[in-house]
Amino acid sequence: MTHLIAGIGNSVIRALTSAGRGTELLRAILMQLPGSWRRRDEIFEQMHIVSVGSLPLVMVTSVFVGAVTAVQAVYQMQAYVPMKFLGVVISKSVFIELGPVLIALVVGSRLCANYAAELGTMKVTEQLDAMNIMAIDPVAYLALPRFLAGVLMFPLITIFADTVAIVGGYLVSVATLDVTSSTFIEGLRMFYKSSDLIGGLIKSLIFGGIISLSGIYFGFNTQGGAEGVGRATMTAVVASCLSVLVGDYLLAIILFQIIFNK
Amino acid sequence: MLPGAHNLPPLPDQSVADPSAFDGIVIQGVSKAFGPKKVLDGTDLLIPKGETLVIIGRSGEGKSVLLKHIVRLLEPDQGRIWCEGTEIHELEQRELMELRKRFGFLFQGAALFDSMTVCKNVGLMLEEHTDLKPHEIRARACECLAMVGLQNAEEKLPSELSGGMKKRAGLARAIVMKPQYILYDEPTTGLDPITSDAINDLIIKLQSELGVTSIVVTHDMPSAFKIADRMAMLSKGKIVFTGTVDEVRNTDHPMVRQFIEGSSQGPLGAF
Repeated sequence: MTHLIAGIGNSVIRALTSAGRGTELLRAILMQLPGSWRRRDEIFEQMHIVSVGSLPLVMVTSVFVGAVTAVQAVYQMQAYVPMKFLGVVISKSVFIELGPVLIALVVGSRLCANYAAELGTMKVTEQLDAMNIMAIDPVAYLALPRFLAGVLMFPLITIFADTVAIVGGYLVSVATLDVTSSTFIEGLRMFYKSSDLIGGLIKSLIFGGIISLSGIYFGFNTQGGAEGVGRATMTAVVASCLSVLVGDYLLAIILFQIIFNK
Repeated sequence: MLPGAHNLPPLPDQSVADPSAFDGIVIQGVSKAFGPKKVLDGTDLLIPKGETLVIIGRSGEGKSVLLKHIVRLLEPDQGRIWCEGTEIHELEQRELMELRKRFGFLFQGAALFDSMTVCKNVGLMLEEHTDLKPHEIRARACECLAMVGLQNAEEKLPSELSGGMKKRAGLARAIVMKPQYILYDEPTTGLDPITSDAINDLIIKLQSELGVTSIVVTHDMPSAFKIADRMAMLSKGKIVFTGTVDEVRNTDHPMVRQFIEGSSQGPLGAF
């Protein structure tokens, strides 16, 4: 029993320590923002990796998110709710929750693992030390472009994912669920609120920051050899997923119960 | 008293009255432990400007750790280090970066950036810290690569190079900014004898032509005897001997004798 409590205590201390150091890293990255134009080549390169590299995964994920949402919604609505509300259900689910969160979990895991493994390997092969000795700050040269790429590209990826998901939902509804095209589109327009879309995009922007920061932080703090890189990558992905889920709850309260509910 | 260090000759004086007035590097009482393992234990060392000092010692004795303290990649648990009167561990981050521009460092494994070409690796410091145009940076990088015999490897990635070529590319990167101090961590390990000798000649040339101060960590005794102005032996976290090449060759210090003769019998033990 004592061991169990000590183990939980140690885990909590480790998590809080990581959160504190992660915040320090965030501050160090933000301090580099004024010089970010100098890093534009690296930033564009990372933006390309984040966006273009993720597109196939985003497309597949989003099409099926839209399709599954349509099938589940029709199953629950039949005989109780008119089908003209199908578009509303799909668009609101996708804009507010499924788009930002699923993309953060799926694309975010890919990105977070990429950052943690790449920077972790640089750490254990002394490339970060070499950079420091060359008087090049790894935060400015490596962390800033990756962080900005995550923050800037996640909302764009989410817009793309939202669009593909709604198209997926539309195609499945019209082709297999006996919903007419005009009924679906009428539903989409019926209760459309721009705050749904904006709220989802604000979420995805913050998720992009959380995911990038997690990958960078655990990459920079990798210890040991290949095993250490593997451990850092796994920890980074787990930490980013948990942070996204907790963050999603907090943002739901802040955005949809406080800010947009006035 | 070190284990097995009975009846050893006295350690030459490695202290100065005023470290801040010393023209070179002063390492004073530096200790460093990693967990329970104490790697450096009150290490003292003076490196006058313009000198090539070779640090010898068995594997795992803390030679690379000592080098990393000099450029503040590691913070000492105790002790202080000065470079030309500036206490390195007191510097602000910006001042430290300025100081590091005067250093070149050749890592044991070269530590080339594996996502960049060899030319980009070598030219990166110029790109970051000078106003040179891209073609001038490329010209200087190619010049440095030619100095280490890598004139046809500019566009290769580090993964396409052999171990020896990586090390030479690392050396080209270390000298590209014409540093005043170059720290070499096993510069000839893993190289064939001819390339090793060429690297030795390059180290000597940099010292004689540019007045570079070099600190070389090595096990390669022929190389050490060729390039050193002075040698220091590190054992159990302390400098146990310093002397010129002739003094090292002729010493009856049992640890140094055992090391340079490569004998398994003696105060250093075998394992």
